[in-house]
Amino acid sequence: MNKITNNKAWFLVLPVFFIVAISAIIPLMTVVNYSVQDIFDPQTRFFVGTDWFRQVLEDSRLHDALIRQIVYTGSVLFIEVPLGIGIALTLPRKGWGVSACMVLLALPLLIPWNVVGTIWQIFGRADIGLGGYTLNLLGMDYNYSQNPMDAWVTVLVMDIWHWTSLIVLLCYAGLRSIPDAYYQAAKIDGASNWAVFRFIQLPKMQSVLVIGVLLRFMDSFMIYTEPFVLTGGGPGTATTFLSQFLVTVAVGQFDLGPAAAFSLIYFLIILLVCWVFYTVVMNAGKREEQ
Amino acid sequence: MARIDLKNLAHSYFPDPKSDEDYALRRMEHVWEDGGAYALLGPSGCGKTTLLNIISGLLAPSEGQVLFDGKDVTNLAPEERNIAQVFQFPVIYDTMTVYENLAFPLRNRGVDPKRVDERVREIAEMLDLTGKLKQKARGLGADEKQTISLGRGLVRDDVSAILFDEPLTVIDPHLKWVLRRKLKEIHNKLRPTMVYVTHDQVEALTFADKVVVMYGGKVVQLGTPQELFENPAHTFVGYFIGSPGMNILPCNIDAGAAWIDGKRIALSDHHMNAISKASGPIELGIRPEFLRIDTDNSTEGDDGIEVNIIKVEDLGQYKIATTRFGNAELKVKIGEDQQIHGQSGILRFAPKWTKLYADSQLVA
Repeated sequence: MNKITNNKAWFLVLPVFFIVAISAIIPLMTVVNYSVQDIFDPQTRFFVGTDWFRQVLEDSRLHDALIRQIVYTGSVLFIEVPLGIGIALTLPRKGWGVSACMVLLALPLLIPWNVVGTIWQIFGRADIGLGGYTLNLLGMDYNYSQNPMDAWVTVLVMDIWHWTSLIVLLCYAGLRSIPDAYYQAAKIDGASNWAVFRFIQLPKMQSVLVIGVLLRFMDSFMIYTEPFVLTGGGPGTATTFLSQFLVTVAVGQFDLGPAAAFSLIYFLIILLVCWVFYTVVMNAGKREEQ
Repeated sequence: MARIDLKNLAHSYFPDPKSDEDYALRRMEHVWEDGGAYALLGPSGCGKTTLLNIISGLLAPSEGQVLFDGKDVTNLAPEERNIAQVFQFPVIYDTMTVYENLAFPLRNRGVDPKRVDERVREIAEMLDLTGKLKQKARGLGADEKQTISLGRGLVRDDVSAILFDEPLTVIDPHLKWVLRRKLKEIHNKLRPTMVYVTHDQVEALTFADKVVVMYGGKVVQLGTPQELFENPAHTFVGYFIGSPGMNILPCNIDAGAAWIDGKRIALSDHHMNAISKASGPIELGIRPEFLRIDTDNSTEGDDGIEVNIIKVEDLGQYKIATTRFGNAELKVKIGEDQQIHGQSGILRFAPKWTKLYADSQLVA
C-alpha cells in the first residue's frame, strides 16, 4: 500500500502548536533564559552559564526543603492511598447511602485550596479553634504555630482530609466496575476476604490507582497554598516545602536567576519521577500479559 | 455428590410479596437425584437463575428449605455447601496463571499441594488446557476464559453438585458442541449431580438425562427429552420444545369430538373420559410431526379437515407447511419427498398424539 504524502496536513497541527507554544514552551524558555543570566535591569545583564544551577544545587536550604518535601510526599502517599482504598471498600454499593457518601466525600475536593488552609488555620488554633482547643483540653500541649512537629502533623492531616476523597472516588469507580459474578464465583471457590481483595478488587483498581497515585504525587510535591495559609512555612522552616522555598527566593528576595534555575530542577524532578513510575507500572502490566 | 431436595421452596425479590405475581419462584417441591444430569430449561426471566442461586446458596429463599442428602443447608453459605458453579460470563482471576486459576478453589480449601497438582493437570488434560497452564489468564480469549471457568467448577472432586448457569453463551458454536460433549463425558465418568441452566432446547436435550422445564416461576414438567416431546404436560412445554413448536388451538368439546371453528376432530374415549372431569378453557394440541396432509383430492375421506395451504418452507431435511381453516392456523411437518399440489388439502390428526389441555395443563 502506498502512503499518500500530503504536507498540507501540517497546517492542521499549527493551532495546537501555537497553543502549546504560548501556554508551555515560551514560558518555559523564558525561565531557561533567566536561569543562565544575571539580570540587574533590562539593559544590564550578564551571561553566567551554569553558575546559578551550581549555586542552587549547593544551597543547603534547598537540600533541607527537598528532604522535607520527599518525607512529606512520602507520608501523604503512604497514608492516603491505603486509607482511600480502605474507605472505598467499606462504602455502600447501593441505596441512598451511595449518593450521601459521594456528596460527603466530594465536599473537601470542592473547597478552594486557600480556603482549606484558612479552615485548618482556625480549626487548629489553641485559643478559638475547635480542634486545637479540644486537644489542649485533653491535656496535649498542641500549638502548630510554635511546635514544628505539631505544624507538620497539622499540614499532613489537612492534606489527608483534603485529598483522600480523590483516591476513594477513583477506587470506588474501579470497584463498581466489577460484575457481581466475580464475587459470587469467589464465594463458590471458597476465597477468603483477603483473596477477594488481592485477586479481584486490587487488579481491577490497578489502573485507577496508578492515576490516583500520580495525581497525589504531583499535587503534594508541588503543594504551596495550604501550608502557606496555614503556617507560612513555619515555625522556622519546619513546613517550608519546595514551592514555598522557591517563592521566597523568587518573590521575596527577587533572585530571578537562582529561582529560575531552581524551577527547572524542580520541574525535572517531577517529570523524572512520574516517568519512572508510569513506565515501571505499565511494564509490569505488559509483562503479566505475556 | 448429593441428592438435592427442594421443600416447599418459594422466592420473591420483594420484602413483602402479596400476590403470586410477586414471586420470582412459585412454591415448589422438587428432587434432584444423586448423579443425575439435569437441564433447567425455560425462557429468560422464568426463574431459572434464581433457582440455581438458591441451590448454590448465593441467594437465601424467602420460604422453604434446601436439603443436601437430607441435611438442611438453607442457611449455609455457598462455601459451606461445597458446591461448584459456572457462570454465564467467564470469571477468571486476571493476575493468576491458568494453573493458579484452576488450583484456586482447591488451595482455598487447604488441599494437599500434591493432590492439587494432580487434579489441576487432570482437568487441564480433559479441557485441552495443558499447553496453556503457565500463561497468564488475562490475555486469553473469551472461549478459553470460559473453559477455565468450567475447569474451576470441575476441579474439586468432592462437590455435592455442579451448577451451570448458561455457561456456553459466549462460546462459538463449534466449540460449544465440543465442550458439551466433554461435560457429558465427564458426567458419565464421574457421575456428579449436574444442573445445567439454559434457554436453548438443543443444548438441554443433548446434555441432560432429565429436563426440567420452567415457566413463569414454576416447574411445569420434569421428564426425559422424549417425554417432553411426546407428552408435553403444559402447553408451554409443547410450544417451547420442538421446532416448530406444538400447534395449540382453543376448542369446544361436544358429541365425542373436539370442535375448532366448526370443524370436527375425532377424539378417543380415553380423551372424552378425562376431559369430562376437567375445568377451565380447553385447548387442543398436536405436534407438526403428527399431522398429515393430503393434496391428492382423490383420497378425500370423512375423517380429515379441508384446509388452505398458505405457504410451504423447505428446510432441507423436511418441509413445513402452514395451513389454515377458519381462524385456526396449523403447521405441518412433511417429508422432503412428499409433493404439495395446489392451495388446499386434507389435514388428518393422529388420534394417539392429539392432546387436550384444560387451563394449559395436560388432561389427556
